[in-house]
Amino acid sequence: MIGKALNYVRSSQVWNSIFRHGIPRDRRTRVMAIMSNVFLHLHPVAVRKSGIRLSFTWCMGGLTFFLFLAETISGVLLMFYYRPVPEYAFSDIIALRAHVTLGLLREIHRWGAHAMIIAIWLHMMRVFLTGSYKPPREFNWGVGVILLVVTMLLSFTGYLLPWDQLAIWAITVGSNMGKATPILGMGGPFSDVLKFPGGVPMVTTKSDAAFLLLAGTSVGENALMRFYVLHCIALPLAAAVLIAIHFWRIRKDGGISGPM
Amino acid sequence: MPTSITTLASEAGHALVSSPAIDKFMHVVNYVSQPQISLPFFFLPLFILMLVLYKQWTRPAVSTLLFVLFCLGYFGSMAISTDYLSIIQKPDNVPITIMLIGLLVCLWMAFRQAAVNDERIAQGKPLIEETRDDKVLCWPDLVYTELICLLLATSILILWSYGLRAPLESPANPAGPPNPSKAPWYFLGLQEMLVYFDPWMAGVLLPGLIVVGLIAMPFIDTNPKGNGYYTLKQRPFAIAVWLFGFLILWVVLIVFGTFLRGPNWNFFGPYEYWDSHRQVPLTNVNLSDFFWNGKNLLGFGLNKPLPTNPFLREIAGIVFTIFWVFILPVLLARTVLRKLFIEMGSARFYTMAVLFVFMGMLPLKMVLRWVFTLKYFVYLPEFNLNL
Ligand code: HEM
Repeated sequence: MIGKALNYVRSSQVWNSIFRHGIPRDRRTRVMAIMSNVFLHLHPVAVRKSGIRLSFTWCMGGLTFFLFLAETISGVLLMFYYRPVPEYAFSDIIALRAHVTLGLLREIHRWGAHAMIIAIWLHMMRVFLTGSYKPPREFNWGVGVILLVVTMLLSFTGYLLPWDQLAIWAITVGSNMGKATPILGMGGPFSDVLKFPGGVPMVTTKSDAAFLLLAGTSVGENALMRFYVLHCIALPLAAAVLIAIHFWRIRKDGGISGPM
Repeated sequence: MPTSITTLASEAGHALVSSPAIDKFMHVVNYVSQPQISLPFFFLPLFILMLVLYKQWTRPAVSTLLFVLFCLGYFGSMAISTDYLSIIQKPDNVPITIMLIGLLVCLWMAFRQAAVNDERIAQGKPLIEETRDDKVLCWPDLVYTELICLLLATSILILWSYGLRAPLESPANPAGPPNPSKAPWYFLGLQEMLVYFDPWMAGVLLPGLIVVGLIAMPFIDTNPKGNGYYTLKQRPFAIAVWLFGFLILWVVLIVFGTFLRGPNWNFFGPYEYWDSHRQVPLTNVNLSDFFWNGKNLLGFGLNKPLPTNPFLREIAGIVFTIFWVFILPVLLARTVLRKLFIEMGSARFYTMAVLFVFMGMLPLKMVLRWVFTLKYFVYLPEFNLNL
């Protein structure tokens, strides 16, 4: 019965319009399965067996990518409920816990973010310990390092959004570092070097590096809006583009590394 | 579910706590976990042993035993103290425990395969990675593995979210900072560096150099061996330096910053109550004081008042810094590392050397702080420039 139904579905015009190959049972159809699918064709058709062993890659790059997707999906759902202004931010988080069905959204998003940090560190350690940053993969290692920075910034900007004590003071500690930027931060070395003609100082509390980050002299409503936009739009877009480059380069550099 | 296990453990622990032997034990643990004791006399030797004895400790039986011991120590140490337990159990600190366990498992896999491979290289046999060098089709071999990983990861993430609530403290109050105020845990290595350096170093320059250094790494490390397989013997120097940076200067400092730094960023042993009134006398002294006042332990010094000209006052520190950052690399290139210098060429060598001297500044400052209570090499508040 079921077999018959399946056969019917598989021979229908609709099915064949989506999947232009038979069931991946032999070599030809298996190759087609990878090549004719926009997502799967990120992969090469054939891979070196040693490269895909779990004990070689620890699946950490893949896990990082999975967590990025999980964060994107849960993040979009969170955006339905959250308003990035001090009046509402905190109470929206409370309401989220109390009123939203299957109220695990915030948990999934938060623990997913922490897990992504762990996974990306372990991925980097794996790539280092297998020497996979060596030629021809130098450039992709560099892309990876930028991805690492973007990922940590994503986590950092998201930390502020619940607008509780934990959030605002953690971000205060972090952004105080901005104040200490040499030359460009008010509290840093040589903050009085840059001057407009006529001797008016260029770097003040209202124009230094920390002000650029917070849109204010302390973590307030402008900082919340700024971090929200960075967290939900700018940084995820940057990460998505970089991940695309990263994956493209893995293939162009000859796939997952192995002894040459 | 996680809470019930830990409460059970802590109740069992409580029965033990009252005995004087346990008191004594806690006292000793508090004492030896201070950074000036545990970093040089525990973590550093452990790190060296990890590299030297990698063939021995990675044997499955030995490493299983070590892992059990680690778990007993790590979780057992919490069981006897509710204070310490509550710090480790803080929802945002739970990921650190997960990271530590993940790190141990991954380190084992890497060093185990390195040990096997190095053995095989010595015997002229093919590497682990080479014995399975045939190509397989992506469908089904890789796609199915990915599917299984995806399902596993999804279920673990959901379980984790189900078992542990995301933290939410009282609403933001710009007038009432908590004490201690901490950055998110993954930045606490940097915050811990603030003990030794000013923010412009710990928060701006050093993290910047970490990023630059990582990107530059493939261009500095010209050793063609060890590309695409696990090995230690063929690239001991690269692995030792990198893992020292990652494990000791990053991960261990995160653990210190999160678990052992209390109010006012004072150090508290695992079994000490985080007393916000504890006063720690500030006895740190600048290099200029040592130099001009002769307060140093070695006994030399000029016994003169500090000069008023800031550059003259800080002359010792300035000379030292110039030496450390600019002259030391050149000296090394001319003497001990001459061969390396010729091999690498000057651009590569000096990039590497400058990165290394900055990386080395952290352990150097730590040791000088612990031994001589040194505060700053260069103290120029006139320019906000303290190093
Ligand atoms: C969002 C972050 C990242 C994602 C999603 C990601 C994903 C991946 C994936 C799926 C692979 C295939 C092999 C594997 O799973 O190990 C890979 C390989 C690689 N990754 Fe990443 N990665 C990220 C960050 C990084 C970072 C931080 C670095 C290094 C600093 C890095 C360097 C590399 C290199 C050099 C390869 C090629 C390794 C080889 O061929 O063996 N990546 N990445």
